[in-house]
Amino acid sequence: MGAPVELILIRHLASRLAVPVFVVDRAGDLVFFNEPAEAVLGRRFEEIRSMPFDDWTTAFLPTDGGNALSVDELPLVVALRQGVPAHRTFAIKAGDGARRMIEATAFPLLATGNDLVGAVAMFWEVPG
Amino acid sequence: MKVDFWGTRGSIATPGTDTERYGGDTSCVSIVDGDVSHLLVLDAGSGIRRLGLSIDPQVTHIDLLLSHLHLDHIVGLGFFAPLFRPELTITIWGPRSTTPLLDRLGRYLSPPLFPVRLRDLQSSYQLREVPSGPFAAGPFTITAEAVIHPDPAVGYRVAADGRSVAYLPDHEPALGPAFPSDPAWTSGAGLAAGADLLIHDAQYTTAEYAERVGWGHSSVDDAVAFADLVGARQLALFHHDPSRSDDAVDALLDHARRARRAGEVVAARQGLPITI
Repeated sequence: MGAPVELILIRHLASRLAVPVFVVDRAGDLVFFNEPAEAVLGRRFEEIRSMPFDDWTTAFLPTDGGNALSVDELPLVVALRQGVPAHRTFAIKAGDGARRMIEATAFPLLATGNDLVGAVAMFWEVPG
Repeated sequence: MKVDFWGTRGSIATPGTDTERYGGDTSCVSIVDGDVSHLLVLDAGSGIRRLGLSIDPQVTHIDLLLSHLHLDHIVGLGFFAPLFRPELTITIWGPRSTTPLLDRLGRYLSPPLFPVRLRDLQSSYQLREVPSGPFAAGPFTITAEAVIHPDPAVGYRVAADGRSVAYLPDHEPALGPAFPSDPAWTSGAGLAAGADLLIHDAQYTTAEYAERVGWGHSSVDDAVAFADLVGARQLALFHHDPSRSDDAVDALLDHARRARRAGEVVAARQGLPITI
């Protein structure tokens, strides 16, 4: 079977938004990020296509106050593993080498029947 | 498997001389395979009334699979005679939602919309929400999966004896930036992959669809593109628009046959069985 329809719809929606959006499936693997997210992350989705959980959670070297963030502290991981919305401001090292401060809000994608099908993060670059 | 069409029309029943060949009843399809005591029914549109009156007396169990609860797919429920026969066992399946299936169906099957309440039905029936994985219904293996259509809606894949029927009566796979493209990112593609028979929404012409994007239905061209994308052997155009005359369906069928890259196309027609 292919992707759950909820992931298909959120991907369609994200592809039309000006806000950076990052989508993972129920296993936590990256399945999509949109063009505005490419500008912040310094990577093109078409070059990546997909990325396992262990890769994307460490690829951008997230830090908060100069200290490395553990995987479990990332808002998207909180949303996925705890099933609750999460918000945090932290720094990443983008694929183009730039260090950027971002503010991210993540939420779990719970389908009817309370099936977890993935999680979504919306984020913004902020001064810092 | 023998597939019978009891209702092929979308949205609202349209009896009349200009729809008598393809039929004016709303969605209802039955499937039998070998074991004649077990009947599978897809949707309970107005067509289910005639099905209920002609059921083989050997049938003892019916699985009724509802794709969703829009009125044209459940309007015949209260007129389905087997629901009033205590010797029959009936399982009614429907899509999951945040509201239990009993409460959702009960909104229709209760006054003032309908004089008979669900609890007053006399057959031994049970309501079940479709599970997330394959499940058995008599000789059939059923898979249900959410598809793009407003409100909770699923499509079904029915398999038996190495054959399969995919039923996506209300479906808009073209909603999105690129269609057709990657099957893994196309609504319903997993259900319909390689199906021997794909019964698919084909409500609109391409021009009509352009005015109705997001309404949850497909153009005939998109139904053909979807069938080609998933490699369905035979496509049955379904859910004919209520404004479509028999002659207009004929014209769309001709168009679809020319557009199909590989595989057959028919227009679903009341009383025209398909054997797989």
